[in-house]
Amino acid sequence: MIELDGVAHSYGGTELFSDVSLSMGQGSFHFLTGPSGAGKTTLLKLCYGELQPRSGDVRLFGESRRKMGRNDLARARQRIGVVHQDCQFLDHLPVRENVALPLIASQRPVPEGDLDDLLGWVGLSAQADALPPTLSGGERQRAALARAVMTSPEVLLADEPTGNLDWDMSVRLLSLLIELNRMGTAVLIATHDLNLIRTAKSQISARVLRIAGRRMQLAGADL
Amino acid sequence: MSGAAPEPRETQKTGDRRAARTVRDRRATQVVPGSGQSAWLTLLTAAAMAFLCVFALALALAADRLADRWQAALAQTATVRIAAPAGQIEEQTAIVLEVLATTPGVQSARVIGEDEQAALLEPWFGPDLPMDALTLPRLVEVIEAPGGVDSMGLRLRLAAEAPGAILDDHTRWRRPLIEGAARLRLLALASIGLIGGVTAAMVTLAAMAALATNARVIAVLRLVGARDSFIARAFVRRFTLRTLIGAAAGVALGMVALWAMPAAQDGAGLLTGIGLRGIEWLYPLAIPPVAALVAWAATRVAAFRVLREVT
Repeated sequence: MIELDGVAHSYGGTELFSDVSLSMGQGSFHFLTGPSGAGKTTLLKLCYGELQPRSGDVRLFGESRRKMGRNDLARARQRIGVVHQDCQFLDHLPVRENVALPLIASQRPVPEGDLDDLLGWVGLSAQADALPPTLSGGERQRAALARAVMTSPEVLLADEPTGNLDWDMSVRLLSLLIELNRMGTAVLIATHDLNLIRTAKSQISARVLRIAGRRMQLAGADL
Repeated sequence: MSGAAPEPRETQKTGDRRAARTVRDRRATQVVPGSGQSAWLTLLTAAAMAFLCVFALALALAADRLADRWQAALAQTATVRIAAPAGQIEEQTAIVLEVLATTPGVQSARVIGEDEQAALLEPWFGPDLPMDALTLPRLVEVIEAPGGVDSMGLRLRLAAEAPGAILDDHTRWRRPLIEGAARLRLLALASIGLIGGVTAAMVTLAAMAALATNARVIAVLRLVGARDSFIARAFVRRFTLRTLIGAAAGVALGMVALWAMPAAQDGAGLLTGIGLRGIEWLYPLAIPPVAALVAWAATRVAAFRVLREVT
């Protein structure tokens, strides 16, 4: 679904990483770890086409990012759910509309019942009509995750999705991602939370990747 | 089954689809927050431009009418001016009248009396003009038949039979008047074009400002998979509607102002002739949809140009 082939990226002449290859097939589950500033967020941005690699190739659903037009990229993103570190909401719309935004943006009908169920699952039923600036950090992350899974995407990319959540809620949301993964969604989670990784690995077969020293490698079996 | 009424279920489905589309369109517009200042600016600009456009249109129509009136009034008349020594004036006048009576295309001819000449000169010299002290030519008014007169032939006959008589078919008066009216009409139409251009420019600026203000919203929409056409539609729809509403208000005000103008009178000239008559009152109703079309095109071009710069 998403493939990175010998990808390198740099900011302002400083190389962040190089020769990174990754293949996310249907039903795959990856964790991405590494120190702050190693390039985890950048790698995720490459995966949903916001950034172009300096060298190498990124293929989204079999099509090279370099050859994709604006509409091709929009179509690909409709198949990808993304949880951003800073959540990125439309502050003038209530939580309910923000969660339904991927459906609204792709002009698909919004199944109100499913939307209510999802808001209930992430514990935001009471905040459904609230505006995003009034939410706490944890509530924003739950809303962001709900928005990412609203379309039952083929790929889910999450950048520190549980950073502001307590352990119980983290596990609850992880179980949602695992459930989606069992239904075929490819999942890539960038996180520092080793406990979350261990909990996930106890339930599913997940690969843990680590970016360090400008290279990406498979993390040790201790995780 | 062509021509048959659609099945009730089919109608229901079509209705459902239409309702769903309406909901989606409304949601598409809502994803972009209302931009207060640019909204009011667009509304006011559209209203002002439509108001001016109504007057430019009325001016173009008035110039058209004036040209027609001058054309009709002057085309059917001519004047023969007889300047001869005092002893020959009566004789030459009689000859001129005889020539005119036998000229094809002349409906009637009459000598303009001294009182009428004094009345014609009064606007320039004031009342109580001592006509006896002035040496004025004798004037003969010629009313032409619908087919008109062969001016060249008549001139030659007059030159041969009454050397002091000169035919003036008003061409030298008529041409600049008609040209002036045509130029006025052109200027009015150019003003309408300029108003359209300025409206497009103002709407473009307002749309660009709204797009710049909503750069973050656009970025989020792109990230969740919105296509440029979807994002552009939210802006285009909003600016088109604002322009339509503003232009409708401007046209209504303009029409009321025209209605309140003094009624046109014969000979009152252009000033009181600016107005609309009969079916012309329908013409300004085309301004709001045309303005909306201009706004639609301007916003669309601006939106796609800005969106191309967002990944």
